[in-house]
Amino acid sequence: MDLLTLLQILDSTMRLATPLLLACLAGLFSERAGIFDIGLEGKMLAAAFLSAAVAYTSGSVWIGLLAGIAASLVLSGIHGLASITFRGNQLISGVAINFLAAGLTVVIAQSWFAQGGRTPQLSGAARFNPITLPFADSLRDVPVLGPIYYELISGHTILVYVALLCVPATWWILYRTRFGLRLRAVGENPAAVDTAGVSVVGLRFAAVGICGVLCGIAGAYLATALQAGFVKDMSAGRGYIALAALIFAKWRPWYALYATLLFGFLQALALRPDLIEAVLSFKVNGQLLDVLPYILTVIILAGFVGKAIPPRAGGEPYVKER
Amino acid sequence: MTLTTKFLGATAVLALSAGAVAADPAILFDLGGKFDKSFNESAFNGAQRWAEETGGTYAEVEIQSDAQREQAIRRFAETGANPIVMAGFAWASALGDVAGDYPDTKFQIIDMVVDAPNVRSIVFAEEQGSYLVGMLAAMASETGTVGFIGGMDIPLIRNFACGYAQGALAANPDATIVANMTGTTPAAWNDPVKGSEMTKAQISQGVDVIYAAAGGTGVGVLQTAADEDILSIGVDANQNYLHPGEVLTSMLKRVDNAVYDALIAGDTLEAGFNVMDLSNGGVGYAVDEHNEALITAEMTAALDAAQASIVAGEISVHNYNTDESCPALDF
Repeated sequence: MDLLTLLQILDSTMRLATPLLLACLAGLFSERAGIFDIGLEGKMLAAAFLSAAVAYTSGSVWIGLLAGIAASLVLSGIHGLASITFRGNQLISGVAINFLAAGLTVVIAQSWFAQGGRTPQLSGAARFNPITLPFADSLRDVPVLGPIYYELISGHTILVYVALLCVPATWWILYRTRFGLRLRAVGENPAAVDTAGVSVVGLRFAAVGICGVLCGIAGAYLATALQAGFVKDMSAGRGYIALAALIFAKWRPWYALYATLLFGFLQALALRPDLIEAVLSFKVNGQLLDVLPYILTVIILAGFVGKAIPPRAGGEPYVKER
Repeated sequence: MTLTTKFLGATAVLALSAGAVAADPAILFDLGGKFDKSFNESAFNGAQRWAEETGGTYAEVEIQSDAQREQAIRRFAETGANPIVMAGFAWASALGDVAGDYPDTKFQIIDMVVDAPNVRSIVFAEEQGSYLVGMLAAMASETGTVGFIGGMDIPLIRNFACGYAQGALAANPDATIVANMTGTTPAAWNDPVKGSEMTKAQISQGVDVIYAAAGGTGVGVLQTAADEDILSIGVDANQNYLHPGEVLTSMLKRVDNAVYDALIAGDTLEAGFNVMDLSNGGVGYAVDEHNEALITAEMTAALDAAQASIVAGEISVHNYNTDESCPALDF
């Protein structure tokens, strides 16, 4: 395997890991505040649809991105209303959101565009185009580092860099700000936060809101950066893999980056069965690579590789003592 | 008169009047809807062509869920529609249950076989159409490496891949064929993101023409192929217009012809098993204003010769479904 092939796989890893990373960080905010969210998938799907639809209509991908975030936020609001305000079951609300998004996107797409539940193709300014980082072209011929910079680091859409920046930002917010401390506390012991005179409901809604924004970016990335339009069910289970990555990362931002990169790498590797065969000199079943993320998560959950302890108050609606 | 009896009376009157008009054919579209730019739209176009040419009218329905299949067939059969044409393999089980109850109604199902005395089953020789586009791919390729991306890994799709590989090897015995399947679940039909990544992975293996038989996933394949300036090949309906000048051709399944023929036959529709292949125009490849610059006279001549040989039986294209194996491609 030469350097260029390796870089191609790593390049593919970056693209495939980005939506997982954004969704994983989204889940991290929500679950750290004590709100389980299996509706990541549905939010991504809704955002993918509306971002593509609005980007097509307006001709501007940035307006599309905002619309995608808005769609995701609306679903987040429903989830918050059901599970925070009305203290409903968070898992059921999440499942409902997934179904709602899967159905509504296709129905609305069909009624707006009549193309079998798709949006029309985006072109030009209506989609995120790859950006070449400064000096990438001139440094291209530098041995080893040149190709790495040109092929791997440069040439992604801006959302990839946004996603990567979200990792330190998340770490900083969670561990270095007052808001972050309270947010983590509300997921561990909401009664203590309440005693301190801070609104549990407000904090949880803020967390669910951040989750919505990040899912919105993830969905818009699928439909307007990786693709040029929406296709029904295009999130294809990425929200669930992001949840697996979140558990794998034990609800910590930097580990979330590593976990999603690993899962992205496995997905990228599954696309090159010929390489695996050449390196290992036997045929590996592609399906095995596809299920590896889930197997790894189960191993982690079973406690073989350290312990994954979820936020203690996760999944429980907070009832104020009287 | 209660409300119920009113409704019953109205239904009876409707049924009677429908019976009196009689023999208006009906088309039942599959879940994709009749404007899906592919299979169903092709069926719709066939029906429209019949309506324009004969001035006839037909009933139609786009179902919204799997649960409506049996109900839809029964409803049209009760109102006396004849023949009733169903587009899509998913109708098979519902039709199998219902067909026996309406022995005087003729049914036609496309893409699947239902064994009943009043059902005409139409299947397409996808391997023959794929063979032709495979030849075209190998002739248009500069690297000698051509790619195939399938949707869900099922025998039907392997048949596409197998025909394609045979055609590519026929045009260029040294050609390398890279074949990938998107997945093993129905989600594989709608994962354009993975389609894009597979396209990029194949490009890094030297592929410069890619044939996508992958439903919604193919949208991603064609898009990425156009973005990366390589050629792609569409499937089912003519998809050349999606990226003018970047789609080499499309393998056509003439669902419209199958529907048109059924409507022309009317209630004299012949039951039984039918294969739509090259000899009766059931499959083929698309040439239009979007891709004519890509197809040279030399290519056209080679394809015409191959087509004639296949029809005459001199070239036999292996059908994957017959023995679940492919001589030209290892899955």
